[in-house]
Amino acid sequence: MKTDALIAMLARGNAGVAPHAVERRLLTTVAAGAALTLVAVLAALGPRADLAAAAQLTMFWWKLVIPLGFAMLAFGVARRLASPGRSAGPAASLGVALLALLWIVAAADVGSTPAASRHALVFGHSAPPCVALIAMLSLPVLAALFAVLRTLAPTRLAATGAAAGALAGAIAAAAYAVHCNEMTLPFVAIWYVIGMAIPAVLGALLAPRWLRWS
Amino acid sequence: MEDVEETLRASFVLALAGDAGAYVAFLTQSGAHLRAYFRRRLMTSPNEVEDLVQETLLALHNRRHTYQTTQRLTPWLYAIARYKLIDLLRTQSPRRQLEVSFDDDEGASELLTADASPAESRRDLLKLLDTLPDRHRLPIVLVKLEGRSVAEAALATGMSEAAIKVGIHRGLKKLAAEAGKRR
Repeated sequence: MKTDALIAMLARGNAGVAPHAVERRLLTTVAAGAALTLVAVLAALGPRADLAAAAQLTMFWWKLVIPLGFAMLAFGVARRLASPGRSAGPAASLGVALLALLWIVAAADVGSTPAASRHALVFGHSAPPCVALIAMLSLPVLAALFAVLRTLAPTRLAATGAAAGALAGAIAAAAYAVHCNEMTLPFVAIWYVIGMAIPAVLGALLAPRWLRWS
Repeated sequence: MEDVEETLRASFVLALAGDAGAYVAFLTQSGAHLRAYFRRRLMTSPNEVEDLVQETLLALHNRRHTYQTTQRLTPWLYAIARYKLIDLLRTQSPRRQLEVSFDDDEGASELLTADASPAESRRDLLKLLDTLPDRHRLPIVLVKLEGRSVAEAALATGMSEAAIKVGIHRGLKKLAAEAGKRR
């Protein structure tokens, strides 16, 4: 087949594309994934027993706002990287800056706490299950995001995989926060972040193989 | 540089809005730039060039929805060309890869030159099309090659119009995947 014939073939019929096709595909997956993750948390783990009382406290909302903030930034990065020729963009730097800020505030919190109470502040009573459950809850969303990204055209595969993993992890962390009754910022800054980092690293490792398209 | 960017971008934006004539112009001009780029990069295997041009055009088509109207077009095109070239080199020997230099910094300016004289392609996409299952092959042959409408193709095959559209879409992706496999 001559190249001109291929071009004629590709252009024949309607080659028009609906605007924002990429955003719609990614957002649909994220919305469905977030809803299902929340349902999974509520069904399998249950909301924390004191949910109504906890909702009166600022810390309860910070535990939702922090992962959701990371989710929005990771979404922005994944969206950009789904198009060839784009860098990760300002959202990636902003995410790193916010993470640093979170750690600084958490460190100040630890520093201003009497030595005897520090262990409880940092480790709480549920660090291992927190990390494991956030990482596990993120896997279905990560798989769904990979499936969508394969229909797009990422060319920086590892970075795209990391952004998808961070997004999946952040969604899982926000859903898990409804169950978790830890109420300190250092706990979130360490264990929630590790829970989100696991799928991010996993995404970066799997992407070169699984995000390849032709 | 700006001329190339502006012309390509203008025709592609029209094409994405459904202008088939602009799409032919865009693909033809893109093909010429890709050919020049690949010819420089594949000095030792010139017979791979036209195959790679066709494969990249197919990829541009299948992934055309990923172009953001706010981004520059030439970097988008260049990133796909580079991705396809690396894909080809990965399937060749490591020694061959060393012969090809990659300077990421050169970026989209690599696409500045154009070469409008195609060589003979080695792989025949039409033969490859024949290997696809009927549900993919027939919609492409009837609509994209013979120029029949989706409704006519549906009537001729007994498939629904939706199945014809899906068949074209999936079939062209399958064709791209097969082309990548059978180098």
